[in-house]
Amino acid sequence: MVSKPHGGKLIRRVAAPKTRERILSEQQEYPSAKIDHGRAIDLENIAHGVYSPLKGFLTRDDFESVLDHMRLSDDTPWTIPIVLDVEEPTFEEGDAILLYYEDLPIARMHVEEIYTYDKEYFAEKVFRTTDKAHPGVSKVYSMGNYLVGGEIELLNELPNPFAKYTLRPVETRVLFKERGWKTIVAFQTRNVPHTGHEYVQKAALTFVDGLFINPVLGKKKKGDYKDDVIIKAYEVLFEHYYPKNAATLATVRYEMRYAGPREAIHHAIMRKNFGATHFIVGRDHAGVGDYYGPYEAWDLFDEFPDLGITPMFIREAFYCRRCGGMVNAKICPHDGEFHTKISGTKLRKMIMNGEQPPEYLMRPEVYEVIKNFDNPFVE
Amino acid sequence: MGDEERKYTTVSIPKPLYEKIKKRIEGTGFTSVSDYVTYVLREVLASLEEEEKEEVFSEEEEEKVKERLRALGYLD
Repeated sequence: MVSKPHGGKLIRRVAAPKTRERILSEQQEYPSAKIDHGRAIDLENIAHGVYSPLKGFLTRDDFESVLDHMRLSDDTPWTIPIVLDVEEPTFEEGDAILLYYEDLPIARMHVEEIYTYDKEYFAEKVFRTTDKAHPGVSKVYSMGNYLVGGEIELLNELPNPFAKYTLRPVETRVLFKERGWKTIVAFQTRNVPHTGHEYVQKAALTFVDGLFINPVLGKKKKGDYKDDVIIKAYEVLFEHYYPKNAATLATVRYEMRYAGPREAIHHAIMRKNFGATHFIVGRDHAGVGDYYGPYEAWDLFDEFPDLGITPMFIREAFYCRRCGGMVNAKICPHDGEFHTKISGTKLRKMIMNGEQPPEYLMRPEVYEVIKNFDNPFVE
Repeated sequence: MGDEERKYTTVSIPKPLYEKIKKRIEGTGFTSVSDYVTYVLREVLASLEEEEKEEVFSEEEEEKVKERLRALGYLD
């Protein structure tokens, strides 16, 4: 059956309509703090249970436990600190405050604790490097000097142009139940699908009832595919190449930390909260540059016998001319001369140059979808 | 009491069991009997928790969600 929520209970921290109305009418009376886009997204994920069992930003005990033991202080596995930083608090412990993204009040927070922390220690523990060239480390060093812990209630969400593709954990759980899926494998992506992705997804789908494609929508860098391109590309792939009702897609907004192995665990927990029973972990999951070994995330899953979602470790796929299809290193006996590795960078370059990739690397229907966008890439 | 000490407590197990476990974990990734016992207990507790049935949504909520899923085209 679908996974129980992490920690046993699906957290819902969305303010009831009347409560929300009252808070907003009294908003001038609350101390407040400004938050960035990433924290606004974290609030959304806390409130809808994507980060169950978290009910708010971490207090010191939980924060330190996550850094030192990769568990909350009650022993629940948890690997990425979800924290709220401020430069200088203008409020006190015990206050109820409002958190604003620009002029929009996103949440009310009950300030349980305000505490200091060691940024270098944070970086070293979570990212296993203090190199400021690492985007996650750079982010930590740019954070305010204080962390604020406490429970939240969501008041507003950031505008979401992909609202019709965004499902909350309670919604995916109902969907999986209606489809009769008891086992579901989740696949995280930030790219349009090529045949390597399709191979990995179908290899996993062989063993479960349903496939849940869960693209991460978040901060983009130049050259990334736009979110609507990714969604449309998957829709056409499902239409032509997947059995009806075998796969579904819903997006999640999330700020990548690029913490490699630790973040692979965190991503698995998020998908467990959506109801997935399995999670595909490929090569260098949530990695960046060469900070982490290509399959290092696989080993970390061994330390969590109580994670509650089963990782499916699938090696990088490549095309073998002799095998006549997509394979991986474990199942292909042939020399490299017969192999074509799939390079996302090369595919991107071909598409940018108006060149159709060979069919064994990208389905023609997917290419057509991408081609029909005036500019499929973030500028 | 130090902070580390406050987070751990002592559990007694029979000596023969301790010796059995100690022998079993030789050459494995477990660095101590405590390490191994912690791993096994977490595994056992997790599987017990999995068996406890508790519905995440009420019938009323389920119907509302189904309406939204139909409107979005996820369900017929």
